[in-house]
Amino acid sequence: MSTNYLIKNVSVLGGTPTDLLLQDGVIADGADAPDDAEVIDGTGLIALPGLVDLHTHLREPGREDAETVESGTRAAALGGFTAVHAMANTEPVADTAGVVEQVWRLGREAGHCDVFPVGAVTVGLQGTQLAELGAMADSAARVRVFSDDGKCVHDPVLMRRALEYVKAFDGVVAQHAQEPRLTEGAQMNEGELSGRLGLAGWPAVAEEAIIARDVLLAEHVGSRLHVCHLSTAGSVEIVRWAKAKGVDVTAEACPHHLLLTDELAATYDPIYKVNPPLRSAADVEAVKAGLADGTIDIVATDHAPHPHEDKDCEWAAAAFGMLGLETALSIVQQTMVDTGLLDWAGVAERMSYNPARIGRISDQHGRPVEVGEPANVVLYDPRATRTVDPAESASLSRNTPYRGMELPGRVVATFLRGKATVLDGKVL
Amino acid sequence: MKRHLLSAADLSRDDAELVLSTAEEMRSLADRPIKKLPALRGRTVVNLFFEDSTRTRISFEAAAKRLSADVINFAAKGSSLSKGESLKDTALTLEAMGADAVVVRHGASGAPHRLAHSGWVRSNVVNAGDGTHEHPTQALLDAFTMTRHLGALDGRRIVIVGDVLHSRVARSNALLLHTLGAEVTLVAPPTLLPVGIENWPVETSYDLDSALPKADAVMMLRVQRERMHGGFFPTAREYSRRYGLDGRRMASLQDHTIVMHPGPMVRGMEITADVADSDRSVIVEQVTNGVAVRMAVLYLLLGGSEPAVGGEE
Amino acid sequence: MPTHPQPESDGARVVLDDRDIVRALTRISHEILERNKGADDLVLLGIPSRGVPLAQRIAERIASVEGYDVPVGSLDVTMYRDDLRLKPARALLHTEIPAGGIDGKVVVLVDDVLFSGRTIRAALDALNDIGRPKAVRLAVLVDRGHRELPIRADFVGKNLPTSLVERVKVTLAGIDDADAVTIQGVVQ
Repeated sequence: MSTNYLIKNVSVLGGTPTDLLLQDGVIADGADAPDDAEVIDGTGLIALPGLVDLHTHLREPGREDAETVESGTRAAALGGFTAVHAMANTEPVADTAGVVEQVWRLGREAGHCDVFPVGAVTVGLQGTQLAELGAMADSAARVRVFSDDGKCVHDPVLMRRALEYVKAFDGVVAQHAQEPRLTEGAQMNEGELSGRLGLAGWPAVAEEAIIARDVLLAEHVGSRLHVCHLSTAGSVEIVRWAKAKGVDVTAEACPHHLLLTDELAATYDPIYKVNPPLRSAADVEAVKAGLADGTIDIVATDHAPHPHEDKDCEWAAAAFGMLGLETALSIVQQTMVDTGLLDWAGVAERMSYNPARIGRISDQHGRPVEVGEPANVVLYDPRATRTVDPAESASLSRNTPYRGMELPGRVVATFLRGKATVLDGKVL
Repeated sequence: MKRHLLSAADLSRDDAELVLSTAEEMRSLADRPIKKLPALRGRTVVNLFFEDSTRTRISFEAAAKRLSADVINFAAKGSSLSKGESLKDTALTLEAMGADAVVVRHGASGAPHRLAHSGWVRSNVVNAGDGTHEHPTQALLDAFTMTRHLGALDGRRIVIVGDVLHSRVARSNALLLHTLGAEVTLVAPPTLLPVGIENWPVETSYDLDSALPKADAVMMLRVQRERMHGGFFPTAREYSRRYGLDGRRMASLQDHTIVMHPGPMVRGMEITADVADSDRSVIVEQVTNGVAVRMAVLYLLLGGSEPAVGGEE
Repeated sequence: MPTHPQPESDGARVVLDDRDIVRALTRISHEILERNKGADDLVLLGIPSRGVPLAQRIAERIASVEGYDVPVGSLDVTMYRDDLRLKPARALLHTEIPAGGIDGKVVVLVDDVLFSGRTIRAALDALNDIGRPKAVRLAVLVDRGHRELPIRADFVGKNLPTSLVERVKVTLAGIDDADAVTIQGVVQ
């Protein structure tokens, strides 16, 4: 018999304080609490639905020096996530039913949060031949999100076929929008600064051209499309236009694209090297506005662990990517909530309901914090502050760009189907 | 405290003028029977070259030796981007050898910056050319050469022609010459000018013929034929016709105007042989001045308990 | 720089005025000629900054007496100083060796104040890298004592006994407002 939790005086989505009972994996009325329920004082805390990340790199199999399913999901739980989608660019690539089932099983064994593997669109992410998408969809892992993330499905014919093919099992293609020829050797956002620093530029148009093409393709074949880590003002405009036109497109923004700008590249410290690159302040504002008005549907972390040696080097030699799971909610609070752009209900939409809907896991995740719903709940203290110390991260890697920054908020507890994965800010 | 020379932007006008006046003294050494000064006795200067550049390496080596420093040449070609010995491990090795200054040439923009600011080494770092970023001592020797021929550079018109996009020489010169009060015009086909150049403190032009008559100095940049394959221009012939300096164009220059090139030249591409070998050409003198300027930089960084010039921190 | 409480100055006292300096340089010029038995093979090298105009003035006087222009140059000793590493890197001053060089010549080093002798030691080292003079002599406007090395001047404008805390300042028209040697006592 698992522990039941009575959370007293907690504010659901910032509303009037109430009591929540988490009993037998389900949310129940606090008034019905049994005497042996463990009581948690929820005063000052906000209850949010368990967060869902549509874009995480867990690195296993292949790069267990950077992250494992166990360590990555531990970090996820600490960040308030109850479900993560694990990207396919592992070694071997998650392009067969065997690999996705392995990742799915590792997630279940770790038990920190649910792991939903993303399947590769093309064999080996090579962009030439479709992977066995149906086999992955039919596997125990029930894959619904397919992505070559890290690489763009740039061949328009292949992209069209993928968009069409996944309709058979209600899948979605999550596109990493990066025109490869326009970004050969690219190192940072193309602008005045890239010219000054002598770092090869990564033009906004390289992202926008692919998004524009793909929304037209999605419309043409009547499929749904998801745009990964949208980072430019122009991309926001294109998605806004496509949605107005009725195209079935969804889009995500990463926490770092809500806060950090390309000016940080002037340090030549590759901790700020990421794909897509940090953009201009104007882009950051446009992405925030797009997230606020619903053009951008979700926040996804693009949590990308890299071992120390892949960042402790010259910029051009360094790997792309930054950690994100443990800081995502704080960054969203700082950039979207504290600025008045979103309320907590809006955060729940963008970090739980919408990603669950896109990933087709809404039967278990991304459900409201209401009586009768699965007890996937985060308790969050928005008034706490903390200074980010990479050494404290649960991730095996340390490549957080927020090192030393003071961020608002703290995940106090995370519950997965009524079982505490995090209590008092610590993994159980 | 100022410890490194990573970018021409690290130099204030006073700093730059101090380097140039010091270089003037260093240059007179060439006329003496004993071409050696004791200023850096017991100091160790490491030339850390991740890219082949015999000229720059020899120039720094001669400069350090004429100041009585011990010189260690470390050629680590090829390991910059491969997973061989990393920049960091190399730096730690040099630190263990007791390097006082590291002169670094690297294919990656910002590598000297990393070397200076990552806590890997305590040495003074001198950027001897990093990727497509900067080459500050080249800009100093160019400014020194111009000053010898033109006097103070205030209001002087300097035209820099060629592959600005990939040129560390152009970047450093644009910054330094602006600091020294010169008016810089960068001339290139639009494909070889970086995005955002309208915010640099320079003029730009696509038309070489209109820029030449007003110039006090013309600096031709090397254009690698490989750029042709990148589609930056259609053919070498078309590039030379539009942006090469030949005898006909040289005739439109003012009498006092000098012609410069950082080397190595691609004769027949950006500059014709008759121009390169003409009386206006100061290309050979640039090499001589390079040693004096690098002596000045090394002396001002290493000659005392702390540097007299340089960048941040 | 360590910060000490700024001692109060008791005011500068002029020990040589412009006329005294003219007389001293005239005397030094004659002594140089006497010692050298004429102006042949003489080269005057001033140590910057104030040794250089002093060397030029001596050369002018020699020219007026002998009708012969003695080569005059300047010799910067910065890089030869034994305290080079003790202070931040210093700007170099101008060195100019006259066209005839110094090999086989009688070089007269000219400086404003002779104190510890370390500048002259550095100058001798600098000369060593430039050539091999037949002889090296030293002319100074003021010798204030307190030598730390076995060095003495051959020609002295004025011997000026000082205490270590006092400061001797030479000003010369051309560089400064006017010719004067002043001494500044310091009250602790």
